[in-house]
Order: sequence, then C-alpha cells, then structure tokens
Amino acid sequence: MKGHLRELSPAFALAALLLLLAAFAPGFYQLHPLLSLFTREAPTLVMVCGMSLIIICRQIDISVGSQFAICSVCAGLLAAMHWPLALVLVASVVLGAVMGSINGLLVAVLQLPCIVVTLATMVTWRQGLNWLRQGEFVNLPDNAQWFGLGQVAGQCALISAALILLALMAFAARHLAAGRYIYAVGSDAEAARLAGIRPKRVTFATFALMGALTGLAAMMNLVQSPQVDPKSGTGLELKVIAAVVVGGVAISGGRGTLWGPFLGLLLLVAIGPALTQLHVEAYWEKALQGAIILLAVVAEGLRNRKEKVY
Amino acid sequence: METSAKNSDRLTPLLRLNSIAKAFGAVNALKGVSFDLQPGEVHALLGENGAGKSTLIKIITGAHQPDSGAIEIAGESVSRLTPAMARKLGIACIYQQPALFLDLTVAENIALRLGAKNALHRVQWKENRENAEKFLRRVGASVAPDAEVRRLSMPEQQLVEIACAIGAGARIVIMDEPTASLTQKEQLLLYKVVRDLRGHGVGVIYISHRLEEIFALADRVTVLRDGESVATNNVDDIDETALIRMMVGREISQVYPLSQGAPGKTVLTLRGINCEAGGIRDISLEVCAGEILGLAGLVGAGRTELARVIFGVTPADAGEILLNGTTIFIDTPADAVAHGIAYLPEDRRRHGVILEMPIAANMTMAVHQKIFPQSWLRFAAERELADDYIRDLGIKAPGHDATASSLSGGNQQKVALARWLVAKPKVLILDEPTQGVDVGAKVEIHKLIRSLAAKGLAVIMISSDLPEIIGMSDRIAVMRGGTIVAQLPGGSDAHSVMAAALGQREAEGTHS
Repeated sequence: MKGHLRELSPAFALAALLLLLAAFAPGFYQLHPLLSLFTREAPTLVMVCGMSLIIICRQIDISVGSQFAICSVCAGLLAAMHWPLALVLVASVVLGAVMGSINGLLVAVLQLPCIVVTLATMVTWRQGLNWLRQGEFVNLPDNAQWFGLGQVAGQCALISAALILLALMAFAARHLAAGRYIYAVGSDAEAARLAGIRPKRVTFATFALMGALTGLAAMMNLVQSPQVDPKSGTGLELKVIAAVVVGGVAISGGRGTLWGPFLGLLLLVAIGPALTQLHVEAYWEKALQGAIILLAVVAEGLRNRKEKVY
Repeated sequence: METSAKNSDRLTPLLRLNSIAKAFGAVNALKGVSFDLQPGEVHALLGENGAGKSTLIKIITGAHQPDSGAIEIAGESVSRLTPAMARKLGIACIYQQPALFLDLTVAENIALRLGAKNALHRVQWKENRENAEKFLRRVGASVAPDAEVRRLSMPEQQLVEIACAIGAGARIVIMDEPTASLTQKEQLLLYKVVRDLRGHGVGVIYISHRLEEIFALADRVTVLRDGESVATNNVDDIDETALIRMMVGREISQVYPLSQGAPGKTVLTLRGINCEAGGIRDISLEVCAGEILGLAGLVGAGRTELARVIFGVTPADAGEILLNGTTIFIDTPADAVAHGIAYLPEDRRRHGVILEMPIAANMTMAVHQKIFPQSWLRFAAERELADDYIRDLGIKAPGHDATASSLSGGNQQKVALARWLVAKPKVLILDEPTQGVDVGAKVEIHKLIRSLAAKGLAVIMISSDLPEIIGMSDRIAVMRGGTIVAQLPGGSDAHSVMAAALGQREAEGTHS
C-alpha cells in the first residue's frame, strides 16, 4: 500500500517502449489504429480490475475466460431475440455475478483451494457451452453494433467506460473500508478475522464482483462485432492474470494497486503493434510478453528478499 | 554449579563478541555489544524488547552479519559467519516456537538435523532410531522416536529440539524464552536438562524475562539496553532491583495498580457454556463493569479456548451469553466485535496485527463503520488517531505509515491493543498481555489495563504469570480441564490459586 514503488517498473518499461517508438517508429502514434487497439482491450481492462482485487485477496480465478464466453453467447442470444440492449447488459452482468458467486461459494464457504475450484468451473463452463452450442456462432442484429452509436462514438464510449470504472475501483480499493478489507484478508486472513472482519464474505464478494465485471466485459466486447464466437475468451484468463502480475500486484496477496495492472496491460498489449511498427517479426510478441511476465515475477522475488525485516 | 563457572575463568571462552554493531537502515539495532560465554556456564541475556537480543542471537547463529566488531569462537576469530558455519562450529538455537518438521517423526527430525552424508546416501532407519533414543534419553524426554512431531505437546517438542542440538554436538546452545509456554513441572524438567548440559561443558545462552528463573539457573547475566551491553555480573553478586534498574535505566516499583471503587453492574454473563471443539464444558461466569477478572490455570486448562469461545472464534455448542442482561449470539469474531467484545490474542506475532499493513490501518481495522460513518476512509483523521495512540502508548515506531512488521514484538502488542482501545469495547479479553514484554513495558501495560477498567470496561485477563494474576485481578477464576474449578477474590495467596489449578480439593472455594 505504501508508496508507488510497485507501479514504477511497469511505468518505466511502458515509458521506455513509448519513447523507443517515438524515436524509431512514429507511425505507431496514429489515432485510428490506437483507438481500435484501446477499444479492443477495454473489456480486458475491466476484467483486470476484478482480477487485481482477486489476487490482492490472495486468490486466483482462472475461469474468467470461460465465464466470458458464456456471458457473450447468452447476451448474444438475448440481443438476437431483440431484447433492449440495456436489459441484455444487466442480464450479462447478473449471469457473470452468478458464476462468480459459484466460485466464491466453493472457495469461501467450503474453503476449497481457488486454483482447483476455478479450474473445475473453467472446464465445466467451456465444455458445457461447447455441448450446448456445438460451436455455432450467434448472429447479432444490426442495432447491437456500438450500442447503435456509430463506430467512433462507440469506441470512445467503451474506452471511457473502462477508464471510469478503473478510476472508481481504484478509489474504492483505497478509500473504502471494503477495499481495505480485501487487502487485510489477502495479507493474513486469520488476523483479519480476529479484527472482526468476515474473511469469507470478503472473499465471496470479491469472486462475485469478478464475475459481474466479466459479464460487463463480455457485453463491451459483444457490441464490437456482428457475431459472437462461442470460443471467445479462450486464454483470456492468462492475459488478465499476466497484466496483474506485471502491474506489481504480489501473487502472495495483500500488496498492489489497480493502477499498476492498468500499466501492465498497456505494456503487454502495446507490444504487438509496436513490433509491427519496428518491423520485427510478429512471432516475437509472445516471447517478449513472456519475458516481461518473467521479469515481473523475478522483480517480485527480489523485492520480497529486500523487504525482509529483522 | 557455583564452582563450574568460576573455574572456567581461565579457559578459552567458547564464544567472545567484541563491540558488535548492526544497523538496519536508519535503526541501530546493536551499537556495541561485548559478550563472552565460558564452557560449562549458563549465561543469561536480559533486556527490554527492542534492546537487541534477537538481533544478537541472529548474529551468533550467522543469520545476520555484523557491520563491525569481532566474533571469536573457541579462540578462533571468525570473519564471516553463515548459518551453516555456525552449525558446524557447534552453535544451536532453541526458539520459543520449536522449528521442527511437524509431519515427520521425532527420529527423522533428529536425523535431519544431524545432516546426511550426502543426498543420495541411503537412510539408515535403524541407526537413526537408536541415535534418537540415545539423545532423547539424555534430555530425559519420554517421547517415542517414531512419534509424529505434530502429535507432541509444546514442551515435548522443545525437548526434541534440545535433543537435536545435543545430537549435533552443540557446544553453544542458545535458548530463547524456553519456559514461556511451559507448566511449572515442565519448567523444572527443563532446568534439569540445562544443568545437565552445563555439567557436560556446554555453554548455554539463556534468554528469559522471568527474573526468578535467572537467579535459579544462571551463573552470569548480561544486561542489554538500547543495543548496548550495559553490564555483565555474576548472579550471586546482584539482586533483582539492581537488574531491573540496569534494564530500564530507572527504578520501577513492582507494585500493581490498585482497583478504585467497587465494580459496577454485571456486563458479561456466561451460562452453561460448552464447546466441544475447544474442550470447554459447563462454564458459568460473570464479569462486571470496572472489574478485572483474572483467568488463572495451567497451560492447557482451557483459558485461551474459553476466550476464543466468547469471541466467536470457536463458537459455543451450548449455553447462553448475556451482555448487559440481554442474550446475544456470537458465531464469528465479527459478531463479537459488533457487540463490543474485544480480544487480544496470545500469539500476536502471528495474528494480533496484520504485518503488511501500516500501523494506522491496523489500528482502525476493527472500527471502520464506527469512526468513518460516511463509509469512505478519511486518511487525515486516521493518521491523527494513530499518532495519538503511538504517543499515548509509547509505541516505538518510525511513524504511522510504517508497516507493523517493522516493529518489535512488544510494540506490535501495543498496536494490537490500540486497535481495541479505538473500538471502545464493553468487554476486553486480554490473553497473556505481558508475555514476552519487558519489565518497564509490563508496568505500563498494567497501569493501562487498570485505567481501562476504571473507565467502566469489563476486563478478562488471562495470564500464566501468577504474581500478575494475583496483583492485577479483582477476582480470580481458576480453570482446570476446560472448566472453572474455583473463584477466588483478588489478592488471594499464590498457594490457593496454584492448588486450585492443580486440582487439590481443599482449595476449591474455601478462601474468602
């Protein structure tokens, strides 16, 4: 919680990358490609916010990719039935919250390890969806595109929605008692319990919130294309977790902010276009992302060694 | 025992430290400590919390390197001591919390400590067992070598630790408050083991806050204060008052603060409380406003378990809890806090405070709704509150933003206490509030507890320190086997409290 040291490394890395691009590939700074990049990643940012809290709470949720697919397909089907988009949005968020709550119940109340629980729900949701839909795409009605706002306005709306949500949640994490409870439970659940906090409720609520944000993200993704791919969200959980780890949130819980993961996400998603602009072959993207994640983890390890007190 | 120390004066010391200094960042933990340990002596190390004892131990065991000063072991100067080297040179440390592998057997633990010849060497089960038996016999432990360590009691684990040290051929044994969680009988057994070690020429560095123990056991005593060694004396040449004066640099009265006025009306009533998980049976008890109720009893009598039942950590299976005459239901600590019941746990180093969080956040943790009614946190108000308590309780900390992990144990205890003072509870349960706390801070904490009671708080105080229980309590409830066996008035003599705790029939309720 103290200082901003944890955010410094992704900030420096991002700044270095942006300077490099400014010097050698100013073509990167073009409005429209950047706008589409940010729009594409706005849903990811929403999920990164939730995942940051999950990891600060000393949990992990690897089922978010599958939740995302379920919410996308269901929201798509409702939109295809010409439900009003606002109602579809609510339904998607509620459905996500329900799936998050199932994780939360199993982890918080039954005290099962989160990695196993969310692995199980990840596979269950994904395979259930495959079985039900047999890989069939959902075609969306025209009015679903960009909430009917037109492309540029829709893009701006999505980006600002994600940024406002980030700001609100970052504020809440620091300035609301509930936010502090998440840090407390992530640091030492037993000590938190003895301080009168209800760690089970906190953990449950964090998972439920993660689900709800996933539902929102699915909806923000849905309006960007004319179809819903039932395979959407595959591997998304890894991208989200990677952004959080690169953003300096301690995987052992209790430490980190939401701004760091925001920078972490920017760094990870900027690499692809940056490489193209720098005329480096595209398959270096994954390797570089992997190297960044590895660096973040190593930095965390070194930090822990330094922070040891007598 | 007197002769062994004096004859050894001419021998090469096992260990000699010369003006050791060590700083952590801006904090000078040690400013110049000189210390020597002769073969066959018990050398007590005494000092307030934060005086530098633990840092000194870590330097002797090689966990920390000193910034300056010299270490000599058996006459040889050692420049860079590592934990592995320290072990090879025969230095062993027995911590308060035994550092054993809980899932392995006693014999396996001992064998591991002796060290395998190499990683692929075949395990000599029979030899390990025989070794274990031999070493356990030497420390007088009636523990089976095949027993899983998890199933042993704390004192048994401690004996296994000592057996490990002996097995490894330790010449220098450091004991860090070894009797903190032992019953009197177990203490006597431990004393015997320590004297036996001394008889075999081992040097023992003995750390304890119990002065009577030092006088019973030690040959010499070195007092540390603020990271410096104040003086080393033969125990025979010094008395308690002088020792205390050296530790704190001023006289301290051992007088307990007196109760003022009669207790008020009953605040907390327990009726027929049972809790199978905690081994608590049929407890009925009343605590009044302004009263300090002492919970006495031997370790394992169920005192902490009772506190945990009242606080909802392990809720009661049967019985009734009344607060100000109204039945309340406590299923979780959060319920207890909401009803105004506070609990300062015994193992504060683990769960009393949240180590990674700042002091200020730790202090307001239990009372967010109460002090921030508008539901968002006001950092300015929080800082101000934290600064007040840091000043009032004399917490030694760099500031309200420092994490709790950067404080010493006694100061963490004060932060944990501050949290409950902020909460303004009706009932305050203190579990060993002065355990591991130095004499000066002890007196301060006693005064504080008394002043809280004087403000109308109902205080339940658990303590294994008999003089403390007797001196502080307005009433003493003695527990044994998970239930209350006697209720005695404050100031009862130690004998009747002890007798009730041990289960002698004539002591039950006969004093008035």
